[in-house]
Amino acid sequence: MKTKKDISESIRKVDSEEKISGRAPYTSDISVEGMLYAKTVRSPIARGVIKNVKLPDMPEGYYTVDASDIPSRNVVSMIYEDWPVFAEKEVNFIGEPIMLIVGPDKETVMNLADNVEIDYEEKNPVFDFSNSGVRLHFDKGDVVNAFERAAKTIEYEYETGYQEQAYIEPQGFVGYIEDGGYTLVGSIQCPYYVKNAVMDTMGEDEDKVRVIQAPVGGAFGGKEEFPSVTACQLAVALKKIQKPIKFIYEREEDMETTTKRHPSKTKMEAALDEHNNIIGMRSRIGLDGGAYIGLSGVVLSRGMLAVTNAYTIDNLDVHGDVFLTNTVPNGAFRGFGAPQMIFAIEMFIHHIAKDIGEDPYVFRKRHMVKQGDKTSTSGTFRDPIILDDMIQKAVEISNYHDKAKAYEDRDTYKGIGMSWFLHGCGFTGSGESDIIKANVKLRKDDEDNVHILVAAVDMGQGPKTTFRKLVADILDVPIEQVTFNYPDTRYVPDSGPTVASRTMMVVGGLLARAAKTLKEDWKEGEEQTVVKQYEQPDYVEWDQDTMRGDAYPAYSWGVNVVEVEVSKVTYEVTVTNAWSIYDLGKAIDERIVMGQADGGQAQGIAYGYLEVMNHENGKLKQKNMTDYIIPTSVDVPKMENHIMDNPYPLGPYGAKGVGELTLVGGAPAVALAIEQAIGRKVRKIPATPESIMELIDNG
Amino acid sequence: MAKVTFTLNGESITVDEPLNMRFLDILRMKLGLTGSKEGCGEGECGACAVLIDGQLVNSCLLPLGSVEGRNVMTIEGYRKTKRYKILEDAFIEEGAVQCGICTPGMVMASESLLNQNPKPSEKEIRIALAGNLCRCTGYEMIFKAVKRAAKEGEGLW
Ligand code: FES
Ligand code: FES
Repeated sequence: MKTKKDISESIRKVDSEEKISGRAPYTSDISVEGMLYAKTVRSPIARGVIKNVKLPDMPEGYYTVDASDIPSRNVVSMIYEDWPVFAEKEVNFIGEPIMLIVGPDKETVMNLADNVEIDYEEKNPVFDFSNSGVRLHFDKGDVVNAFERAAKTIEYEYETGYQEQAYIEPQGFVGYIEDGGYTLVGSIQCPYYVKNAVMDTMGEDEDKVRVIQAPVGGAFGGKEEFPSVTACQLAVALKKIQKPIKFIYEREEDMETTTKRHPSKTKMEAALDEHNNIIGMRSRIGLDGGAYIGLSGVVLSRGMLAVTNAYTIDNLDVHGDVFLTNTVPNGAFRGFGAPQMIFAIEMFIHHIAKDIGEDPYVFRKRHMVKQGDKTSTSGTFRDPIILDDMIQKAVEISNYHDKAKAYEDRDTYKGIGMSWFLHGCGFTGSGESDIIKANVKLRKDDEDNVHILVAAVDMGQGPKTTFRKLVADILDVPIEQVTFNYPDTRYVPDSGPTVASRTMMVVGGLLARAAKTLKEDWKEGEEQTVVKQYEQPDYVEWDQDTMRGDAYPAYSWGVNVVEVEVSKVTYEVTVTNAWSIYDLGKAIDERIVMGQADGGQAQGIAYGYLEVMNHENGKLKQKNMTDYIIPTSVDVPKMENHIMDNPYPLGPYGAKGVGELTLVGGAPAVALAIEQAIGRKVRKIPATPESIMELIDNG
Repeated sequence: MAKVTFTLNGESITVDEPLNMRFLDILRMKLGLTGSKEGCGEGECGACAVLIDGQLVNSCLLPLGSVEGRNVMTIEGYRKTKRYKILEDAFIEEGAVQCGICTPGMVMASESLLNQNPKPSEKEIRIALAGNLCRCTGYEMIFKAVKRAAKEGEGLW
């Protein structure tokens, strides 16, 4: 009998060859006979009313497409419906789409788009946090009482900036008419989000809209809800023109007009008893939503739920707002509100410890969650928590304590910082069972090849490989006997969006169940189909109105340690080393998980010190890869990552979520390292040389 | 429009297009060679990198006119070589490919490095790849892949 390999043992990714060789057909590589090009005409002002539109002379075969061409509703349907497909009367941010110019010659299309003259009546734009569009609140215990009996209270404010996903492949679709319906091939995370939005805008039935995922050149949340906007615009154009259209953003357009990570401001207030234990906490988080709400309410909610991170605090009061401003709408980005909050709470815990004169390491450990504790929303941490072991391992491999001591000598201008954190896996609360209701399908053909039919997207994180590996392993067949093509809504059921670190745990979990059923029922040489639908674990109870209960069925955990050196002259930060430990249940492929760990950390750390984006009167100051700096090969530190198994009973082979977890702890770890190096409290990221200089000058 | 003659992946070719047209567009739109990718169109990301007379060049910044008489190698030509096979294998073995949009450019940059320096140190690898952005991998596995290729392909470079 052959002994089975451990599922975590890495295999060669199934789609690497086509990508390395340049053969993989990304959206912009696709050509369709007779296709036209489209370019967006946009508002140059932050807020105003459209008074008059004057078109240039339109040569034969060139078209405009605008709100008046929309057959059904001028709204992009996503979780909150306030985002127009095209601005109709009002414009609310610089770059807001007003119309498309479409035609055969790209150059001519660009010229025409540049020469549309629009008159506006300008209005006063709003940029401050004054106009709340979404307000959420939850509490736990009795916070009023906690503050009344407090021996001491401590308060701080934290601020985070924008972060741009900066996927290397910009947004894009190719669309064509097929059997009287609309087929859209694109760089997307969520085929069914796109399909549903297009059906809604077009007033079309299910069978008239087909969405196909092309290989995706990076997404990180940036291709979660935003592609629904361009897809709706493209579908309107297809209906009007009835010819194939290629609709690809250029880098500057992509950076200036697509969703980003929400800038945030968080106020934290803690009540401590006479033994210096935190007995209560109030916090108030504000996110800059930009001009439309879109997904911002959900981002806010995930952020708020992370308010106590991996600490148990019995009495809580948490308020959050999404503020509407006349800026580019913000949206999904790996971590989804959690990075802002985990930065705030990790810094706050340290700042409290420093203010009361206690060793932060000891102080934090005293407040750390244990199995059985109540979560921030009064749910229960049911599963074993191995954070203690993880921290110990991180301390060992990084030599944390010795370094932390040595770098107390300010003259070194060196620092080491450690964050620990959790990330809820899957949709928040009852989202999976009430909204998503994922379906997966396995089809076996009469040659016993098994086809995975799900809408999950491989955007680099590996499900093309891991799903096949998982199903093949359960069925005990070679991986070559299992296929998983790029999702096409004509064939695959709605297994939900590729978001929220749910792909392996939820979709993979369903596939594992389907594979088990198929195996039990395997009939050689016969066609068979197995369908599975998501069922909420019965212990999960969640009340959306009060935000109380089990916000997530499971949590993944992580520890990041980052070491930096700050230049005494320029205050430039060099990140020299990074270590991390993760509990993601069980890795379905260790090397793929390690790839997530490297990449997620690089993004998370850069969020804390390197990536700067800001706007002036609604105009973003960084609009390309030259002025929005992401880490290059010389910026990334030497990284050492480990995973520790802690299988989750309901995940496939015990797997939980991975993708976002690896990002959320980077910023506080690097900020804490910088804090030590400069001997000043860091309350704002990115901690740029300018902000470090300010801290050093003003304390 | 003007006729420009150059060697492309080992074969002589003449194209008749405006001299200032971006060479990346010639490759992708006129010749159907879509292995070179466009990430930024401004010379920052390296996704469009090709070799011209053995030098790594971002083709999005290159006007057609400047390739007259020169020897151009794109991923489509390079992937037929032995050296490519070594790099391909190393990239897969080390997990250096995630979304893959940067990868053809990374491979061209790796070739250019190994061609000049068959046994690069990690620091030399980092410097050589500094013009190629990758948002997915954090680069670590790409460094390992280049090191592996240097070892496995000893004597080829
Ligand atoms: S596309 Fe040429 S360098 Fe980015
Ligand atoms: S693998 Fe995605 S950008 Fe490099």
